[in-house]
Amino acid sequence: MDWDIVIGIETHVQLKTQTKIFSGASTSYGNEANSQACLVSLAYPGVLPVLNHEAVNCAIKFGLAVKAKINEKSIFARKNYFYPDLPKGYQISQFELPIVGEGKLSIPMGDGYKDVRILRAHLEEDAGKSSHGVLQGKTGIDLNRAGTPLLEIVTEPDMSSAAEAVAYAKKLHDLVQWIGICDGNMQEGSFRCDVNVSVKKKGTTTLGTRREIKNLNSFKFIKQAIDYEVNWQIETIEDGGKIQQSTILFNPESGETKAMRSKEEANDYRYFPDPDLLPLAITEQHIRNIKQTLPELPGEMQDRFEKDLGLSSYDASELTNNKDVADYFLSLIGQGISAKLSANWILVNLFSKLNDADIDIKESPINYEQLANLIAKIEDQTISNNAAKKIFESLWVNPLGKVDALIDAMGLKQISNDSEISGLIDNVLNDNTVMIEEYKSGKEKAFNALVGQVMKASKGKANPSQVNEMLKKKLSS
Amino acid sequence: MLNLSLKQLSQQLREKAFSSEELTRFFLDRIKKHNDRLNAFITINEEESLSMAKKADITIANGNQSLFTGIPIAQKDIFCADGWRTTCGSKMLENFVAPYNATVIQNFNDAGAINLGKTNMDEFAMGSSNETSYFGAVKNPWNLEYVPGGSSGGSASAVAARLAPAATGTDTGGSIRQPASLCGFTGLKPTYGLVSRYGMIAFASSLDQAGPMAPSAEDCAMMLNVMASHDIKDSTSLPHPKEDYMTSLGDSIDGLRIGIPKEFFGEGLDSEVQKIIEDAILEYQKMGAEIVDISLPNSELAIPVYYVIAPAEASSNLSRYDGVRYGYRTKEYDDLMDMYFKTRQEGFGDEVKRRILIGTYVLSAGYYDAYYLKAQKIRQLISNDFAQAFQKCDVIMGPSAPSAAFKAGEKKEDPLAMYLQDIYTISTNLAGLPAMSIPAGFTKDLPVGLQLIGNYFSEGHLLNVAHQFQLSTEWHRKIPKEID
Amino acid sequence: MTISQEDIKKIAHLARINISSDESILLEKKLTGIMELIDQMQKVDTDGVEPMSHALNISQPLRDDQVTESDIRKKTMPLAPETQESLFIVPQVIE
Repeated sequence: MDWDIVIGIETHVQLKTQTKIFSGASTSYGNEANSQACLVSLAYPGVLPVLNHEAVNCAIKFGLAVKAKINEKSIFARKNYFYPDLPKGYQISQFELPIVGEGKLSIPMGDGYKDVRILRAHLEEDAGKSSHGVLQGKTGIDLNRAGTPLLEIVTEPDMSSAAEAVAYAKKLHDLVQWIGICDGNMQEGSFRCDVNVSVKKKGTTTLGTRREIKNLNSFKFIKQAIDYEVNWQIETIEDGGKIQQSTILFNPESGETKAMRSKEEANDYRYFPDPDLLPLAITEQHIRNIKQTLPELPGEMQDRFEKDLGLSSYDASELTNNKDVADYFLSLIGQGISAKLSANWILVNLFSKLNDADIDIKESPINYEQLANLIAKIEDQTISNNAAKKIFESLWVNPLGKVDALIDAMGLKQISNDSEISGLIDNVLNDNTVMIEEYKSGKEKAFNALVGQVMKASKGKANPSQVNEMLKKKLSS
Repeated sequence: MLNLSLKQLSQQLREKAFSSEELTRFFLDRIKKHNDRLNAFITINEEESLSMAKKADITIANGNQSLFTGIPIAQKDIFCADGWRTTCGSKMLENFVAPYNATVIQNFNDAGAINLGKTNMDEFAMGSSNETSYFGAVKNPWNLEYVPGGSSGGSASAVAARLAPAATGTDTGGSIRQPASLCGFTGLKPTYGLVSRYGMIAFASSLDQAGPMAPSAEDCAMMLNVMASHDIKDSTSLPHPKEDYMTSLGDSIDGLRIGIPKEFFGEGLDSEVQKIIEDAILEYQKMGAEIVDISLPNSELAIPVYYVIAPAEASSNLSRYDGVRYGYRTKEYDDLMDMYFKTRQEGFGDEVKRRILIGTYVLSAGYYDAYYLKAQKIRQLISNDFAQAFQKCDVIMGPSAPSAAFKAGEKKEDPLAMYLQDIYTISTNLAGLPAMSIPAGFTKDLPVGLQLIGNYFSEGHLLNVAHQFQLSTEWHRKIPKEID
Repeated sequence: MTISQEDIKKIAHLARINISSDESILLEKKLTGIMELIDQMQKVDTDGVEPMSHALNISQPLRDDQVTESDIRKKTMPLAPETQESLFIVPQVIE
């Protein structure tokens, strides 16, 4: 039987603020336990929350970036439950009226695009961290993270494969960094996905029961977890079982998903508007001000690259997936390199090396200035494209190498001298009279063979377009 | 020193008739003498109080004093005071020494006032008789067999017995005004948001408001000058310009329109209390005020609405007392759940537990709309009633409580009867309006308070209306005979 | 609305309060009494009325994103029932 897979994602994005969402405690990562736990973080008797302006700005930026409605009034609510790393016994979140309403995010799919609908995005506070086993049978609580601002971004169940889910997560991950609201550090938990998965028989409309895979913090895990979960659900149903709505955890070591020990009671969070916080009002002016601080968005930049720089839709899209890639590209063309060559070199040569090394463009050993130097040598016909690739390889290993010196040392300088090339052609023509006859009788192949002979004679250094041109001239005379 | 107003104390300190140290010692001695019987204070810290007084004396000697420098004030034990044990009347915080100052405390410190000690209160401010305190019931100085009212019962008993020249209180449903009425002095609950809630241990956040408790309206005005402040640490603190509440105290009240809500004079009001209130209103008419009949048609719903909203907020506010970061933790437990359950079973008293349970119930799945949302809507109707009434009058008057003080133990086991104590006070908390109770007479040797309700931010006006009454009456000067 | 033993069990669990069976029987009566009082609300028609969460109609103030708090463990850790190396210690949490 064939099955449809239905996936929705809730992402917790830690916002890049200096301080916590409701207090002036630092949000920096990796410090001694509880050294950033101020009285508000610790939920001392009598303390009160005051909202961080920057967290609100981040939410507005995101709303603008996904063309969502920014609600002029939103409400903070308390989500009540007991957990040792939740100091107040409730989490301040948004429930009925979130700050960001419906929007959409376009993800690359096959040759085209697919829109994933964003249902909402709301502000809330992070919990602290529990570390188990500090002492035999005990748990240690560190509240440094408690109160870190989060934007929870919720999609409609619009994704239908692990690949789409990963594409969405990557696109979102790129976007939140692009607009500067999140550092994107997944190891440190700055970007965490809860993935809702269900399956239904192909063609049917009723959604299956979903299970929520909690807290996935890498794209690889998202894929593995969904793949495993989908198989598990299909097998369970095909074996006559039923899916129970539940919260599950993915174990990266075993590659399996497993239901969390079922809570003793159904969750009853008793949401109600937080009386310590007033309705958050966002004015048109506030939104306009934020809009001015927003960088050119990827979609806008892609359009510009296509229209103004004449790039293909594919290249423009690839260059604008990630802010660092786009910045690298813009820097390169800023050095006077043509857009098409720049795009080619980044997307083909540079990307292939980056992928092999599994590093980001920011960590590329070859910076844009070096690459610009290199490509300039192709543009001014000092070296051929192939020669440039050889130098690129050398620079990758030895980033401090000088392009000019390498050209000399590797003897890659192109022969562009007319008389030198003319001499080479004459020699080849003298030795290959048969081929000349074949060409003249209409065999195009013979021409290419002659070009090859000339290039061979030049040890690959002759400028191919010059060889082409001069050979044609000589044969027709 | 016993019968001097705050203004007189300030003047005499300035004139060096006595030092702040002498004054503070005088009240500390009175506390030592009477607290065993009254149980008005949970914590006194003689050394700290006297050290503050000595500093105040230096300030005075240098001529740098302000109006409050050197005046001892009793603080309700709901306000966190740095280095002071702050219990909120609960076993849960029995050994909790606050590491920071509430804004109210900070304001008094900045003004040079002396912290005289922390006063007893109903546990987490839940109660109307001060019998729910983990630290024992407080006695009414007019008759030790009677309750002082609550929840600010310790402050009330201390002010009535002049163990302190003045005290702070908090009022969520009447916790300043009802004890002021039962103990015979002046208490003011300001407009919601006028006094910062930062550092004031939360009961019901949307209703809680701190205010002054003192013999006279003039004392309260002087207190409010210190207490009211816009505080960025409290999101619900209003950016209201700072006022001097003393300046309006001389204004004439000729032509004042007093609204009398018929709903405040119905069934349940003690007939002698009614007589006293009517006489007080007559007194106002003599001063040139007019009477306007008004109606607050939804006021009978104030209690049901309150007993949804306040417990709901409280159930959530009190979740932080879990034995993890501070406060009480049960001695023996098997696992985390067991620790939570026993800590909260043992750390909270019965009334607090009842309210947590009610609050949890009305917020739980399936009941939210029928209870919490419904209550919020009726809260709006109650607020609308006041808005309409204030189109016809300047101030609303009626009783502060349905009766004078009742005997200790009388209503302790009957929550519903206890809840009716706040029948006339709760609606102003729901609407967020300022209101006062001032002494208006006695029945069977127990004081009775007149309630005055004003429009938003009309504290200055309200205090003057009270002050004018006190210029022509002596009720607020009476001191219980048992305490000398 | 009456509150049953079952209700008490459920809400006491949500509120993490241990209640003995003797207490529960007393509570049933008291809580039911309170709920009857509360149920007086149901007679009022509130169609179209905006719920009121706050006494005053103003909006949330915003705080500048500047660090104002410092390490206060010296003050706060001694107030905790159990700590170890700057962590608050609780019985093992099982997920």
